Amino acid sequence: MDIAIKDGKIVEKVGEKKAEVVDASGMIVMPGGVDIHCHIAGAEVNSGRLLRPEDHFKDVEVKTALTRSGVGYSIPSTFTTGYRYSRMGYTTVMNPSMPPLEARHTHEELDDTPMVDKATYPLLGDWWFVLEHLRDGLIEECAAHIAWMMTATKGYAIKIVNPGGLEAWGFGRNVNSLDDSVPYFNITPREIIRGLCKVNKLLNLPHTIHVHTNNLGKPGNYVTALETMKCVEDLAEENRPAIHVTHVQFCAFKGSDWQTMSSGAEEIAKYVNHHNHVTLDMGQVIFTDTTTMTADGPFQYGLYNLTGNKWVNHDVETETTAGIVPFRYKRKSAVHATQWSIGLELALLIKDPWKIYMTTDHPNGGPFTAYPNIIAWLMSQVARKKTMSRISKRAKRKSLLPSVDRELSFYEIAIVTRAGQAKALGLTQKGHLGVGADADVAIYDVNPEQVDPSKKYRTARKAFKRAAYTIKGGEIVVKDGQIVRPVFGKTFWLDVKTSLPMEINDDLKRKFREYWTVEYENYPIPDRFLHVPAPIPVKAEV
Amino acid sequence: MTVITGVTCPVCGTFCDDIELVVKDNVITDVRNACAMGAAKFLNYATHRGLKPLVRKNGELVEASIDEAVKKAAEILADASYPILYGWSSTSCEATRVGLELAEEVGGVIDNTSTVCHGPSILSIHDVGISSCTLGQLRHRADLVFYWASNPWDAHPRHIERYTMFSEGRFQKSTWRSYVSRLRGFMSRKRLQRAANLVLRRDIFAAPEVKRRIPYSMFQKKRKMVVVDVRKTRTAEAADYFIQVEPNKDYELLQAFRRLIRDGELDVDEVAGVPVEILEEVADVMVGCELGVLFFGVGLTMSEGKLRNIDAALSLTRDLNLRTKFLIMPMRGHYNVTGANVVFTWQTGYPYAVDFSQGYPRYNPGETSVVDILNRDEADAGLIIASDPVAHFPRKAAQNLVKNPLIAIDPEITPTTLMADVVFPSTFVGIETEGTAYRMDHVPLPLKKIVEPPKTCLPDAEILQRILHKIRKLRRNVN
Repeated sequence: MDIAIKDGKIVEKVGEKKAEVVDASGMIVMPGGVDIHCHIAGAEVNSGRLLRPEDHFKDVEVKTALTRSGVGYSIPSTFTTGYRYSRMGYTTVMNPSMPPLEARHTHEELDDTPMVDKATYPLLGDWWFVLEHLRDGLIEECAAHIAWMMTATKGYAIKIVNPGGLEAWGFGRNVNSLDDSVPYFNITPREIIRGLCKVNKLLNLPHTIHVHTNNLGKPGNYVTALETMKCVEDLAEENRPAIHVTHVQFCAFKGSDWQTMSSGAEEIAKYVNHHNHVTLDMGQVIFTDTTTMTADGPFQYGLYNLTGNKWVNHDVETETTAGIVPFRYKRKSAVHATQWSIGLELALLIKDPWKIYMTTDHPNGGPFTAYPNIIAWLMSQVARKKTMSRISKRAKRKSLLPSVDRELSFYEIAIVTRAGQAKALGLTQKGHLGVGADADVAIYDVNPEQVDPSKKYRTARKAFKRAAYTIKGGEIVVKDGQIVRPVFGKTFWLDVKTSLPMEINDDLKRKFREYWTVEYENYPIPDRFLHVPAPIPVKAEV
Repeated sequence: MTVITGVTCPVCGTFCDDIELVVKDNVITDVRNACAMGAAKFLNYATHRGLKPLVRKNGELVEASIDEAVKKAAEILADASYPILYGWSSTSCEATRVGLELAEEVGGVIDNTSTVCHGPSILSIHDVGISSCTLGQLRHRADLVFYWASNPWDAHPRHIERYTMFSEGRFQKSTWRSYVSRLRGFMSRKRLQRAANLVLRRDIFAAPEVKRRIPYSMFQKKRKMVVVDVRKTRTAEAADYFIQVEPNKDYELLQAFRRLIRDGELDVDEVAGVPVEILEEVADVMVGCELGVLFFGVGLTMSEGKLRNIDAALSLTRDLNLRTKFLIMPMRGHYNVTGANVVFTWQTGYPYAVDFSQGYPRYNPGETSVVDILNRDEADAGLIIASDPVAHFPRKAAQNLVKNPLIAIDPEITPTTLMADVVFPSTFVGIETEGTAYRMDHVPLPLKKIVEPPKTCLPDAEILQRILHKIRKLRRNVN
């Protein structure tokens, strides 16, 4: 079968005589990879780079005639990030946490991240405007403000991190359940999630709300994860997803403390198998040295207390917080090995691959360059057993993995690494090779008719590490795992059109001055600020 | 006549963005909201500027066309085997991005002014991390503000007004009223004192005894400001309490606080010239605050101990988070020194002192930092932008810098431009050219174009871009 490409799009056919031909016989052809959640740019990531010169010393990229130099293993510099994704056949990458006040920074870095299309989600779950409007039951006003914010910060989806907890962290506190009251605001995390879910629907945003749950990284938190999914159950329409719970591995812990900590994957999988309003991504853990970074300030402080490692905290006025702690996942640690197991259990126990996607929550679970390893674990019981034989005995005893014999096919891998993610994101032109799709194609040198990945998982792993070809927007950008043509990617953002655009009146200007330390006119990012802007018009119902 | 609002002020790290400018016939005629430093820049920026590119011929700087100057600069950099590219803190991030590409292309060392400023702070952050925030967080929540070895009243004049003591937040109120009444009290006391001295013909208040207690107001539930410094500055006069530390003893004082906030005991009478009773009470105030913040300046980074001082300060604030919420922030000097660090870091992984001579970024301050390279006389050419090292570097470093071919890009005439071999007069970023810069708390803000620049001056980014193109062209021709 032939795939025809013209002007950056996939088309019915092209004139065969003039066209350049890529011979992919005996190889796997997939749409370009899509990553729904990886921290690659912005204030938080850059503080991580600053914090960890030791992460860079051991991993460098030398300048070539075509490519820029760079450094970094778990938090690579921007150019290196783009090149490494492209070499693995990825063409679209989503940066999931952007403090709106520092949106310019994120976009400057995204502009310096070549080879991939990208977008970024502003953190909105603890924004004072949201808390106040939802407390007062003003859903439509809240929606209007979020529409303005989405356009002002050139964002793509509503990101919610530890709702209520980040505001509480302003004074060094946290919330511990969905029904805890947020200090001084008289609102609960449940109300924030439900409110923003309704707002998301009113605004017709292409992606659902993107939620990092409360109590992340604490034993027993699978209950919170389940409650978070349940709390928007009634807001779902038909079979459409209403919530994306991200890096779900980190909120699928059972037990009452670290001694008794075990996997809550079974319960979560059971729930997700019976409900269609939830999508998830794995947040798989890799045994390596990495850098944890989230907007969840209190969680990162907890992690600092747990490890005693160096710690960065960065609170952002009126909006959010952030924290960074270097971390090593050890095979022989019962907790870390259980985390490794939970990620895979979730991906394998949830029957529908369209509901759970492959991520490491880069760099929190491990760097994105480890994706081929995860593919091998998902495709081969042998690969899992091999790693299993080297992990903590206690974790091994408790793990559900030995009882799971499911092995994902190449087709299912294509879903969890691109098609599913593109669908969840509402990126209709990505994640498939139908006519009209963007000509983003990844070709891997492995013959599915000859190679049984269940046994020859090493062959498959190797193929996914270095794409034979990556085609981005109709141009061959990678050949045999080498960059042959550097390109800029587009930056998608939502141009949300509301029937009554939010009026910037004197009252709002005054409020702006009270809440932030910058003037309202310096807050929004103009379209021309982005290198290759790709606005997606959205018509809202307010 | 037009009034332009929301202008960012390209002077200090406070980077106020509420300046209003009155412009008439392409000239700024009035400045509102700015401090004296900001107003002076907006009104007088064009007084000492260069207008034409200069190239040194037979020992004399003579006017040249822009193309000629670009060609000469490109030749210098292309021929050099270990050039240094230094400055960057007073220009836009856009220029720095091009500068990094240029440094990579020529295999040189690129460094920014943090190397002689807050470089030690960065080295300590590598070791300890940092518990920080944006400035608005402090406006809303901070009830205890430390200025340690920094003097914002003079160096960051609107810092206190915009972000800390005199700003009105959601949870904390401005203290300017109590400051004014205290100031009045102080003035009348002084007047009385002078009258009494005149009558009695002697200084009756001459030697105040050393107080063994901190004032009662320090225990009140309101915003408090504490200044730690070696001398009583204007900031210290405005503070609720001033701790005078002996020069070069900051490290001891910080470590003493670290012990005290963990309920430890000290077996000495005083630390760094301050009685232990006082330190114990201040430590209690620290632990008891709702949210505290410690701003530190170059007095801490560049006095004895350098990065060890910062190490102790960062550790102190980190430890305080066990008891309450405490944050810390360096008082950055230039308006975009933070931006230079930020851009360096995302492109190369390292915030300053980046060496491209191996084809990839290397970082080892002390080896790859510009002052050390110049002291060892290793560089063989230099490009200086938006900075004046000839006036500010150690003498030997400056001597070795001007000994080699030197390119200077600067809107002003400075000692560096006078000693250079190629001089590009550039436009003033934030007045004649737009761009992006980062406030000291990492908040990015736009620099605006207010007036048209002279036709002969190009923006920094464009000059660098042209040099880069020329070098690539020269290299292609050679191959």
